[in-house]
Amino acid sequence: MSETYNRGTVEDVGRWTEFSAGMWAWIFHKFTGWVLVGYLFTHIAVLSTATASDPTVYNQTLSGLESLLVVRILEVGLLAVAVFHILNGIRLLLVDLGIGLQAQDKSFYASLILTGAIAVASVPTFLAGAF
Amino acid sequence: MAEHYSSFDRSGRRWLLQRLTAVFLIGTLAFHFFLLHFVNHAAEIEFAGTQARMSEVGYFSLMVLFLVAATFHGVNGVYNALVNMGLEGTRKRVVGGVLAFSGVLLIAQGIRVAFAMAGVI
Repeated sequence: MSETYNRGTVEDVGRWTEFSAGMWAWIFHKFTGWVLVGYLFTHIAVLSTATASDPTVYNQTLSGLESLLVVRILEVGLLAVAVFHILNGIRLLLVDLGIGLQAQDKSFYASLILTGAIAVASVPTFLAGAF
Repeated sequence: MAEHYSSFDRSGRRWLLQRLTAVFLIGTLAFHFFLLHFVNHAAEIEFAGTQARMSEVGYFSLMVLFLVAATFHGVNGVYNALVNMGLEGTRKRVVGGVLAFSGVLLIAQGIRVAFAMAGVI
């Protein structure tokens, strides 16, 4: 017989201090998902204007964006968002297959730590030549 | 706590597609990021290099499949999130239609961009 815990609804964000690891994982997965789908539409829009005429426009668009420090910082943020969504997504797929439910909180913390480590390690690559 | 949990829905085709695209996207998103930020730095990318990559049938096909999978996964994810928040009835049908139309437009425009990058149009 299974036990269930009534933790309340995750949408009731006013009581966020009581949230469990799984609820934070749910919120972060939703947030990173919204960011990624928003970026997908923006990415195609930018590439559409960049490829609308001759190749120099494409080169100027990319070099112009990459010359902005804020874009480089946003790229690190995008990598962090993508890495977390991938790692937590693997966690969700495994739980759906019946693997690791008992350790779902630990695998969420591992996803967070690994995301942080990869994002920090990528900073030199993303900021190279930005100054 | 339950010994086994799964959100598997036998009647849900979108449930299965969301997970199949997830598995595909784990590889392709990581590959896309790694190739265009770490192997080739974004600041050094020029049209000639993009065209050379997109002229290869394998790479071109992978990018188009990546676009289709990412669009389905993203748009279906947004729809699921909104339904989870209580969207129902006529609003659900309208939002579903708008999202599906947006997805089709994004794929069509993305394929146009892919052909432009390959130098075909």
